[in-house]
Amino acid sequence: MGLTNSSIGIKAIDLGLDIKKQSQNDKVIALAGNPNVGKSTVFNELTGMNQHTGNWPGKTVTTAQGYCSTKNQSYVFVDIPGTYSLMAHSAEEEVARNFICFGNPDAVVVVCDATCLERNLNLVLQTMEICNNVVVCINLMDEAKRKNIKIDLKKISERLGVPVVGTIARKKKSLTELMDTVDKVTDGRVKPHPLRIHYEKKIEEAIAILEPVIEEKLGNKINSRWVSLKLLDQDNSLITEINTRLNVDPFEDKEINEALDEAKDVLSEYGIHSENLKDKIVSTLVQEAENVCKDAVIFEREGYNASDRRIDKLLTSKATGYPVMLALLALVFWLTITGSNYPSQLLADFFFWIQNRLTDFFLYVNAPKWLHGILVLGVFRVLAWVVSVMLPPMAIFFPLFTLLEDAGYLPRIAYNLDKTFKRCCACGKQALTMCMGYIILKIEKPHFLLIIYFLNDNC
Amino acid sequence: MNVNSLNDINPGEQAVVSTLLSTGSMHRRLLDIGLVENTVIECLGRSPGGDPTAFLIRGAVIAIRSEDCENILVIRR
Repeated sequence: MGLTNSSIGIKAIDLGLDIKKQSQNDKVIALAGNPNVGKSTVFNELTGMNQHTGNWPGKTVTTAQGYCSTKNQSYVFVDIPGTYSLMAHSAEEEVARNFICFGNPDAVVVVCDATCLERNLNLVLQTMEICNNVVVCINLMDEAKRKNIKIDLKKISERLGVPVVGTIARKKKSLTELMDTVDKVTDGRVKPHPLRIHYEKKIEEAIAILEPVIEEKLGNKINSRWVSLKLLDQDNSLITEINTRLNVDPFEDKEINEALDEAKDVLSEYGIHSENLKDKIVSTLVQEAENVCKDAVIFEREGYNASDRRIDKLLTSKATGYPVMLALLALVFWLTITGSNYPSQLLADFFFWIQNRLTDFFLYVNAPKWLHGILVLGVFRVLAWVVSVMLPPMAIFFPLFTLLEDAGYLPRIAYNLDKTFKRCCACGKQALTMCMGYIILKIEKPHFLLIIYFLNDNC
Repeated sequence: MNVNSLNDINPGEQAVVSTLLSTGSMHRRLLDIGLVENTVIECLGRSPGGDPTAFLIRGAVIAIRSEDCENILVIRR
């Protein structure tokens, strides 16, 4: 369409991320959420095939943008990395925070897992500290229903002060409601009033000293209360970002520095320093999430109940843990090895039949012997061997392991074996890739050892 | 009030977190899973090797190695 960044005046150039709007009126929606809450499913369902992926400039963090429109409005959805918090502990968290903070999205949709909403609210609360236009999308409502968890969406919405929508990402209908809400928030029909998190009195006192100065310097470009808190928390990566994006260096500015020193004095008077301040901030967020969920999320069946406990006892106790584990792994191995014999043989027969036909063809066209040697006895035969030997065990082993993984057995293996593996400076999780290596070893083809190294190296 | 390290809590017992002495990335991991002051945790059992130990923390089962438990001070309930 020939639209350049300057012609549509995108503010995000500063961010390094190029937001590709399809038309000038597109509104930008950031899609945030914890990992494994079905955020990608929501993103894919909303945008369909109409998306493109890339990397965040200078970071090994992938990003995806997609387009979606409702009756009234068209949107660019930016899929920001799944994180548990926005405290910039990792590259993902930093990217997520920077986009919410400096990318000027018209709204942020935070996807949560209905089955562990309380933990997910941590990210929601942190997002609400940065910007007002937040829509909470509580996904996996079907899963919650199956686990007998009742969620009072209305109550949670009232407490958070932002719209809350329950969704089942695979059902398009539930996403329509989400988009209706996004419409209302972006065109101003619904004005969110996010819950303001109150920290303990001493921290609030310090914020009160700093906030007016910050507001004067940075204006309405950024939430001054939040920046004050982060300055107290010595969030250096944020300060660098403010410096490059808003052209104000909080550490060079005399008035900010004076206010910051004064505020820090107040905190140290109460024995709060940079190390325990972060703890206090996180504690308050966790506590707040607990309050929001109180009486609004009802577990009709205890989360981790008697039958779960019995099964775990069987799988991880001293007496039965190892035998059950060995038996299960032996079963998987046996199924893989004996089960793959037949398809292996069939594939080998099939490929050698083709090899014979190829040889016939080479003889028929009077091809030179060396060409036949290279192409048929060399390239084709090696390929045939690799496929017929490797494919069947892989095709059996991986689905079986997926079954164990879905049943939640893999973390228990890691738990059982952690001590043993720690002695070799590895961790229990690596037990699993070793199993895969072993399976291939069992195939008794020495040249596949290389592949085993490769697999084990990759974990 | 008796302050113990998390290692002293045996399977079946409950405790309340009083202080986190851990530092660096482990400290942040613990905060991320909601292990903050006044959190109630229940010890569920030890791994067959004796380490790590499984705890029920805010509805999730989480295994923590004894070297990390040492830095989590708790009050037995």
